[in-house]
Amino acid sequence: MPTDADIAALLITLKLAGLTTLILLIIGTPLAWWLARTHWRGKPAVEALVALPLVLPPTVLGFYLLVLLGANGPLGEHSLAFTFTGLVIGSVFYSLPFVVQPLQGAFAAIDRGYMEAAATLRASPRDTFFSVVVPLARPGFLTATVLGFAHTVGEFGVVLMIGGNIPGSTQVLSIAIYEHVENLEYARAHWISGGLLLLSFALLLMVYGLNRRFKVVGP
Amino acid sequence: MSLEIGLRLSRGDFALAVEACLPARGVTAIFGPSGCGKTTLLRAIAGLEPQVSGRLRLGDETWQDKAYFLPPHQRPVGYVFQHAVLFPHLSVRGNLDFARRRCGDGPGPGFDEVVELAGIEHLLSRATPNLSGGERQRVALARALLTAPRLLLLDEPLAALDRQAKAELMPCLERLHENLSIPVLYVSHAIDEVARLADQLLLLADGQVEASGPLMEMLTRLDLTLAGSEEALAVIEATVSAIDRDYHLTRLAFAGGGEGRELWLPGDHLPVGRKVRLAVHARDVSLTLRPPTQSSILNIIPVCVDALSSSGPAQTLVRLRAGEIPLLARVTRKSETALDLHAGQALFAQVKSVSLVE
Repeated sequence: MPTDADIAALLITLKLAGLTTLILLIIGTPLAWWLARTHWRGKPAVEALVALPLVLPPTVLGFYLLVLLGANGPLGEHSLAFTFTGLVIGSVFYSLPFVVQPLQGAFAAIDRGYMEAAATLRASPRDTFFSVVVPLARPGFLTATVLGFAHTVGEFGVVLMIGGNIPGSTQVLSIAIYEHVENLEYARAHWISGGLLLLSFALLLMVYGLNRRFKVVGP
Repeated sequence: MSLEIGLRLSRGDFALAVEACLPARGVTAIFGPSGCGKTTLLRAIAGLEPQVSGRLRLGDETWQDKAYFLPPHQRPVGYVFQHAVLFPHLSVRGNLDFARRRCGDGPGPGFDEVVELAGIEHLLSRATPNLSGGERQRVALARALLTAPRLLLLDEPLAALDRQAKAELMPCLERLHENLSIPVLYVSHAIDEVARLADQLLLLADGQVEASGPLMEMLTRLDLTLAGSEEALAVIEATVSAIDRDYHLTRLAFAGGGEGRELWLPGDHLPVGRKVRLAVHARDVSLTLRPPTQSSILNIIPVCVDALSSSGPAQTLVRLRAGEIPLLARVTRKSETALDLHAGQALFAQVKSVSLVE
């Protein structure tokens, strides 16, 4: 059976993933909208930056974040390393492409004609975004939310580097599993691993099931 | 009130430079071949082409000039796109409400009036992706009208429709023409649509205005491409004055035609007093110096030769006037010589076929 420490790790994981997804939807939506619409020459560079966490070993990202947020970095004694806040910042960077890419794809797929029609019906650009673009991009928002959440639940390297492994504060499930295995507590590792496996499968099933006719940017 | 246009745009090898002042009443058709810039002009008037420079005024309201560009959502236009562009996430009623909510309770036509005019009462709760082409256009038209526009822009609303759907939408456009006092700009490349709906015509060629003016004058101007085409025709506005029940014929008196100028049309289904438009093709009109007494042709009208123009090596196009009403006749050059046709000459036009424009 899972112990109190495992339950604590579960709660931290869910809190981290929920908060990260929320922040990513808030900053990822305008970013994805801009990327889907801009003809700026620097756009590929921004797209590459957004996609970087897809290819980079998470430890690289974690390392730089540690340097930036740590006690020897610019923040000095306000260091965010090994805190929950640091963990959220790291997760936001790491899961960015999983939110931005589906949104960008969904926005780009919307025919410009709908926005022009909305304009001729007296809807301001802002009004048009919320009353036409967001509803039409709903499958993209669903994909982005679930992938952002699931990917944050599944991260390991970044968390280990920036968050450490402080039970009750920064210890998440993936790290709890690692620790159980290190301590040869296979039964406890099984409980958490099996749970994560089922959760992840259920989330992805939901995305693919609801978005049957929508292109999903896969993890 | 008028719509003053002075717009230019250069995009690749396409250049638009339109200078025109159109009366803001009735239906003005923007007519020309594909690619001449009709749709671009309409989009520019709606503010959907931000690269277009120049000036645009409706009445005393400036929409665009050197340093000013009124964004599209602040221009009081209604726009019906060629492919309707209904919002797929909203029902028919949702699409209509989208317009209604944003335009407040302006002075425009009411919801029920618009829904009835478009004939879409039975569609209100339907999802938009399941509508037919004609139904989509009627919903789009109703949606545009609900913005209480001061100018209605129609971009070839019939072009993407099959015959059946056209037959559904056309009466709807005619009711619009008759019942609402909103000026309409109507883009089209089909002369039969123009003949049926337009009051004024703006001819566009290669992004420039070839000519503009009242429909009947424009159709019969010998210096324009319309009169030169195989389908050249004149349009006459007439009123049903009598029905001959024995022979199933309708007598039509044409406005401004003067005493004795009337036409007979087969059929007896029109009520007396109804105003109709008639098309008279140049190829169906022949000329004679004396009125024939033993002819099968019913419609023989006294006319006056206005101008002549060569139409190919063998043919001559003759512009005629029946009172104020211009007509066209296409005759051979041989006949021109035989009858000694010249401007100012009084003779008779035999009209082999007159058709209701519908």
